[in-house]
Amino acid sequence: MDQPRASTANRYWRWFANHLASGLAVLATILVIVPLVAIFIDLVYKGASSLNVNFFTKIPAPVGETGGGMANSIVGSAVLLGLASLLGIPVGIAAGIYLSEYGRGTKLSNVVRFTADVLNGVPSIVMGIAIYALLVAPMKGFSALAGGAVLGIMMVPTVARTTEEMMLMVPHSIREAALGLGVPAWRAVVSIALRTALPGVITGCMLAFARVAGETAPLLFTAFGNQFWSMSLTQPISALPLQIYVYALSPYDEWHRLAWAGSLVLIALIVISVSLVRYVTTRGVLKGAN
Amino acid sequence: MGVGIEVNNLNAWYGANHTLQDITLHVPSNEATALIGPSGCGKSTFVRCLNRMHETNPIAKVTGEVKVGGMDIYHETSAVEVRRRIGMVFQRPNPFPTMSIYDNVASGLRLNGYRNRRVLNEVVERSLKSAALWDEVKDDLKKKSGASLSGGQQQRLCIARALAVDPEVLLMDEPASALDPVSTAKIEDLIFQLKVQYTIVIVTHNMQQAARVAERTGFFLNGKLIEFDSTHKIFTNPSDKRTEDYITGRFG
Amino acid sequence: MILRIQEPREPRPADDEPIGGIVPVVVSPEASSVRNFLINKGSPEGADSFFSTLMLLCALSIFAIVALIAVELVIHSRLTLSKFGLKFFFGSAWDPVNDNFGALPFVYGTLVSSMVALVIAVPLAVGVAVFLTEMCPKVLRGIFSFLTELLAAIPSVVYGLWAIYVLVPLLRNYVDPLLIRALGWTGLFVKPDFGIGMFAAGVILAIMILPIISSLTREVMSAVPHTQREAVLALGATRWEMIRMGVLRNARIGIVGSIILGLGRALGETMAVAMVIGSSPTISKSLLAPAATMASVIANEFAEAADDTYRSALIEIGLALFLVTIVVNIFARLLVWAVTRGAPARVT
Repeated sequence: MDQPRASTANRYWRWFANHLASGLAVLATILVIVPLVAIFIDLVYKGASSLNVNFFTKIPAPVGETGGGMANSIVGSAVLLGLASLLGIPVGIAAGIYLSEYGRGTKLSNVVRFTADVLNGVPSIVMGIAIYALLVAPMKGFSALAGGAVLGIMMVPTVARTTEEMMLMVPHSIREAALGLGVPAWRAVVSIALRTALPGVITGCMLAFARVAGETAPLLFTAFGNQFWSMSLTQPISALPLQIYVYALSPYDEWHRLAWAGSLVLIALIVISVSLVRYVTTRGVLKGAN
Repeated sequence: MGVGIEVNNLNAWYGANHTLQDITLHVPSNEATALIGPSGCGKSTFVRCLNRMHETNPIAKVTGEVKVGGMDIYHETSAVEVRRRIGMVFQRPNPFPTMSIYDNVASGLRLNGYRNRRVLNEVVERSLKSAALWDEVKDDLKKKSGASLSGGQQQRLCIARALAVDPEVLLMDEPASALDPVSTAKIEDLIFQLKVQYTIVIVTHNMQQAARVAERTGFFLNGKLIEFDSTHKIFTNPSDKRTEDYITGRFG
Repeated sequence: MILRIQEPREPRPADDEPIGGIVPVVVSPEASSVRNFLINKGSPEGADSFFSTLMLLCALSIFAIVALIAVELVIHSRLTLSKFGLKFFFGSAWDPVNDNFGALPFVYGTLVSSMVALVIAVPLAVGVAVFLTEMCPKVLRGIFSFLTELLAAIPSVVYGLWAIYVLVPLLRNYVDPLLIRALGWTGLFVKPDFGIGMFAAGVILAIMILPIISSLTREVMSAVPHTQREAVLALGATRWEMIRMGVLRNARIGIVGSIILGLGRALGETMAVAMVIGSSPTISKSLLAPAATMASVIANEFAEAADDTYRSALIEIGLALFLVTIVVNIFARLLVWAVTRGAPARVT
């Protein structure tokens, strides 16, 4: 029986469709990559041209004057991030240790992991409201503590997930060797497994750190912002992204300049952490990983 | 000095899988005892029951009695304490990758809180000498990481690490199967020396190896202990037909 | 003789010289001190259970965080919850002065800005994913995925800054006039146009959710086994047909999942949107008119909200945002998980 031959029109149409689709895919990529790279370059350019020593050492100058900086915002961010890390990193690492060492495969750890992922998708401004209600309202004022708290709880799910991933990469034979020596279980986890996974765990913390460093929304009504030097934990405190937001919406060119410079600092932090994480996970710098 | 091991009616499960059935035997002290059998016969599981490593798997279960030096290791003491007296060397060398050679050998003591520097130095040197590794690494003890050695050296490092805690029994689960013949010969020589001070149980796939190093040999098949006797008898005149079939290569 | 074996080796005669450099082990006082130390160490069961309990508590803290947020949001919005009930989300008058609160403009703003973002981002993201997974030379793939990761990590406020001073003038001077001329008849693009507004917010949102949708889509597409591709090719398909039938068809559930995840991100985006949407609690047909979203109104008005009812209204909006994003996220992750059969990669 003769096989029906595909008509030539049909063949041409398929050839055309194939090339059209390929072309569209390439076009989409160009349409996406080019502007995104342009944004990046634009940010770097505008930011670099505004960065100078004053930026890092001076507080904002009075309106109309040049020469001010964002020193208080940088210090403020450092304080907030320090508080956040104090809360988020230990709790996050411990949660990650639970997921990989004690709860592996259990239903509970699956639910915890899922919840952590879902929590990562909750808008940060909602977390800001919750901490406002919990800390700011009773204390009758905005504070660095509240800002640190909200950033801290934002770090927990991220740090937990990256810690778990890194700990899972430690070969089981290493843990067995420790247990076989009569080392207590907790010591085997901390001094052997965690120590082996440490480079990866640290870079995971860096990633979480960089992510919350750029958060603005939750700080709007917890840390609130401050035009002057302040390191008090119970007073409002400035933060780099907060200040960028205020300056961006202001009518003064001088403050716009500072906003671009501040953005560049944030981006530099992001680039360093993302690159580090990539290096550790893809190059297998994790010693002992096969 | 080493101690003897008495096993009575040992049964082990992995989940629903009845891996070991009614094992009863007596491992004499200061001798090397070899355990042979085809893949999956349960010999590795058996050895892991002797230092309670079997139970690190959450679906594992054990019943029966194991007495080491007269002490019931399942009912009279905790798993961690058992493992401090019964050392283990695994099939694939597993030195701690973030630690130097010195730290690896000292780890069993350090991680249990031992601090005395002078004694640690002595123990490390002695253990490395017992493991026939001292001459090769004595200049790089703290500089080289445990993972930077060759396969045979790594396994001897693991033996030194196990010896550093001064156990009474040393369990070896196919210690040379991942190594080249020269390293294998070195390790077999080691076993000869170690017999003087420790009781050794060695699981091996290699019947010639069992014949070379062990005084007694046990043959496992499908989770049961088929025959346990002097090595010479097992290999020249076994009592059970299944043993004879395995020895002559009819299966496994 | 059943087996030709070597006789078991005799232990070699004792020498003065150690054989092969092996020093026979002699029991010394130090050795037994070590053994005694270890025997007296005792059982670590107390420390072990303390440690494991501590780890468990920290893992449970994740539940505690979610519960904390939910509880605080509900408690502090009860004023308007009881006063307006569900009509809160259908009223279109947002009048803090007279204590009259209707959140419809913000619901509308959130939905429309997200829709605009999806319409722009999804075709582009899927196109990029197809290119990178099926057509791109391996060398470039690493660079592109690195770029994508970087772009996903840029803070919202930085996107907002760029949007105000680069994107909005671009839209106002070049893009919007075109849209008004070409599509003005639909009523969606009419003057007056200041550059800021719903459309600008949609565009910057699209740029922000593109990396997520594209990288998740790539992951889902890579999870399709090669045998599927080969089977289609063996039937004589062109490359596009192979992609369409062998990959996209199998991955479509996961792709839908990544789109919904992108939607979830767009719904909650705050800063960049707040900076370019115009902050006007109104509903207009034109996409070029200023508007506001649920997240943007909270960002703009919360710090100045003087009285309890006003704050309660804003917190109630926050509660709605919380519930909606959780539901959307759960749904999306279940879809992606169903296809990749494992925990999806961390999505920043």
